[in-house]
Amino acid sequence: MQHDLMFKRLANEDGGTVLVEIDGATFNARAGDTVAAAVLAAGMIPSRTTPLSGSSRAPYCMMGVCFECLVEVDGVPNVQGCMTLVAEGMKILPQTGARYLSMAEQEMYS
Amino acid sequence: MSERIYDLVVVGAGPAGMAAATTACQHGLDVALLDEQAAPGGQIYRSVGKPAPADTRVLGPDYYYGRKLVDALQHTQIDYFSSTTVWDISSERVLSVSIGGHSRTLRAAKILLATGAQERPVPFPGWTLPGVMSCGAAQILLKSSALTPPGPLVLAGSGPLLLLIAWQLHKAGVSISAVLDTTPSSNYFKALRHGLGALRGWRMLFKGLGYLVSLRKAGINMLSGVTKLSADADSSGRVAQVHFQQRGHSRVINCKSLLVHQGVVPNVQLTRAMDARHLWHEQQQCWHPQTDSWGETSIGGVFVAGDSAGIGGALAAEHFGRLTAWQVACQQGRLGSAERDMLARPVRQTLNRLMVIRPFLDVLYQPAVEFLLPVDETIVCRCEEVSAGDIRRFVGLGCSGPNQTKAFSRAGMGPCQGRMCGLTVAQIIAAERNVAIDQVGYYTIRAPIKPLCLGELASLVSHGDKQ
Ligand SMILES: Cc1cc2nc3c(=O)[nH]c(=O)nc-3n(C[C@H](O)[C@H](O)[C@H](O)COP(=O)(O)OP(=O)(O)OC[C@H]3O[C@@H](n4cnc5c(N)ncnc54)[C@H](O)[C@@H]3O)c2cc1C
Ligand code: FES
Repeated sequence: MQHDLMFKRLANEDGGTVLVEIDGATFNARAGDTVAAAVLAAGMIPSRTTPLSGSSRAPYCMMGVCFECLVEVDGVPNVQGCMTLVAEGMKILPQTGARYLSMAEQEMYS
Repeated sequence: MSERIYDLVVVGAGPAGMAAATTACQHGLDVALLDEQAAPGGQIYRSVGKPAPADTRVLGPDYYYGRKLVDALQHTQIDYFSSTTVWDISSERVLSVSIGGHSRTLRAAKILLATGAQERPVPFPGWTLPGVMSCGAAQILLKSSALTPPGPLVLAGSGPLLLLIAWQLHKAGVSISAVLDTTPSSNYFKALRHGLGALRGWRMLFKGLGYLVSLRKAGINMLSGVTKLSADADSSGRVAQVHFQQRGHSRVINCKSLLVHQGVVPNVQLTRAMDARHLWHEQQQCWHPQTDSWGETSIGGVFVAGDSAGIGGALAAEHFGRLTAWQVACQQGRLGSAERDMLARPVRQTLNRLMVIRPFLDVLYQPAVEFLLPVDETIVCRCEEVSAGDIRRFVGLGCSGPNQTKAFSRAGMGPCQGRMCGLTVAQIIAAERNVAIDQVGYYTIRAPIKPLCLGELASLVSHGDKQ
C-alpha cells in the first residue's frame, strides 16, 4: 500500500471507527464507510485484477453499477465493495483473477 | 396464510421515491419503500441523514435540502427496507428482493420504479486504469465518507454535474490541476435553437454559469474544446498522465486521479427485465420507458418516476413522484379523479417550469462522438474486456445487434450485465450498419438483475415463498 495513493479524509462528523484488516494491515475505517471506500482510503490500489488479461482495476462508480470494486471479504470472493458496509474485524483482500460466474455457469460447475 | 399485499411498493428512495411514498401514505395507502442503499436519499441526497463532511459549505444548500424529504419519511407509517435490492418483478407484481444475502418476496397492487439514473459510461483509451473514476463516484465518497482523491487531480468531461463536483471538491480544499471540458463547440450552436427555453429556465442556467465563473475566479485551469482524451499508466499500472488535444495542440498533464463524466442516463434494468416498452430519446442519447402522463408504463400497474423515467433532475423527480402517488391513490379508490387533477395542476405547472430548460441542456451537453463511438483500441465491455474494435469486427462478420454480440464474445455477460457497455455497443453497431439505434435495440435483460449466489435462490424456493 502506497501512502500517495490514499484518499484523504476531511474533517468529518465523528461516526466512530471500525477496525478492519486491509491486505494484511490494520486500518481504522470510519463507521459508515463502504468496503470500497475503506480500500481507497487505505490505498489498496489496484483492488482487483481481471480474470481475462490480469489487468489492474479499482472502484469506478461507487454506486453498484460497474462491479469494478469486487474484492475478497473474510474469504468470500466477488463481494461488491461499494455496496457493503465495513464491519469490525473484517478481512479485506484484493481479488486476483477470480472469475465471476453467471448463475448458469455456477450451476454447471456445482 | 394470506400474504400481505401492499397498495404500493416503491423501489428507490431518492427524491422521486421518497416524495411518492410519503404522499401515498398521506392518502392512506399501505406503502413499502425499498432501496439497496443503507440509508434513504438516492444519488443526489446520498447520506443526507448523516453526511460525513463536517463543513456544510462543501456540499452546499441544494444537497442539505434533501433532509426535508428524509425527515418527512420518518413521520409516516411506511415500511422502509434499507440495503434491499430488487432483483426480479413478476407479471403478478411479486417482487423478489435480496436483503443481507437472503432473498424474500413482497407483493404489491401497484409498483413504482424510482430507480434513478447512472452516469453514462465514458469509454476512452485508458478509462479502465486504477485512478480513473467517475465524478459521481468521487462525490459519493465525499458525501458518505468525507474522502477526497489523491492529487494531482484532473477532471474531464461535460455537463452541469462535472462543474458542480469540481466546485464541491474545490470547496473541500482539494487542489485541482485542470478541468478539461469536452463539450463540442458545435453543441453551442445546436443548443441555441432551444435558447428560448434556456432563457425561461434562467434560474438553472444561472446556477450552471455560476459554478463556471466561480471555478475560473478561483484560478482553476479550465480548458475548453478538449478532444482525443486518453490516459496512460506508470510502471505500477496506475493512471499517471492524461493526454488530449486542445486548439490543435497535443497536451499532457500528470495526474494520480482522473475523474470523468458525460452526464447521466436512466437506470432501465428493471423496466427492461419486465419487458416494458422503451423509446430512444434522441436529445438525451439514451433509452427510457414509455409512460402516460402519470408515469404508468406499458405494463399496467407499474409506474416510473424521476430520472429512471427520463432525465429531469432532482426537483422534477420529487414533483413527479407526487403525481404518480396521486394516480395510484386514485386507482386504489382513495382519491377521486377530480381531486387528483386539482392536486396535480400546480405541480404540473412547476414541472413545466423545471423542464423548459431541458432541451437546451440536453443538446448542449450531448457527449462528443469520441465517447459515443470510441476508437477501436478502447475497452467497451469492462467486465469481459471487449474493445470497440472487436464490436466493429463482429458487425463485419454479420452481428446485427447487441444480443448477437454474445455469439462472438462475452460482451455484456459479465457481472454488470451490460450497464457499462450496453449503450456504447448499440451505438457502435448502429453506426457501423448505418441504421437508427432503435433498429439495433438493446441487450435482453433477464432477472436476476443483480448477481445472486445460488444458495440465495435455493433458500427462496425452499421457503416456498415464490409461487
Ligand atoms: C452518482 C450520481 C450523483 C449525482 N449527484 C447529483 C447532484 O449532486 N446534484 C444533482 O442535481 N443531481 C445529481 N445527480 C443526478 C440525479 O440522478 C438526480 O438529480 C436525482 O438523484 C434523481 O432522483 P431519483 O429519485 O430519480 O433517483 P435517485 O436519487 O438516483 O434514487 C434512486 C434510488 O434507487 C435505488 N435503486 C436503484 N435500483 C434499485 C434496485 N434494483 N433495488 C433497490 N433499490 C434500487 C438506488 O439505490 C437509489 O437510492 C447525480 C446522479 C448520479 C448518478
Ligand atoms: S465501484 Fe462500481 S459497482 Fe462498486
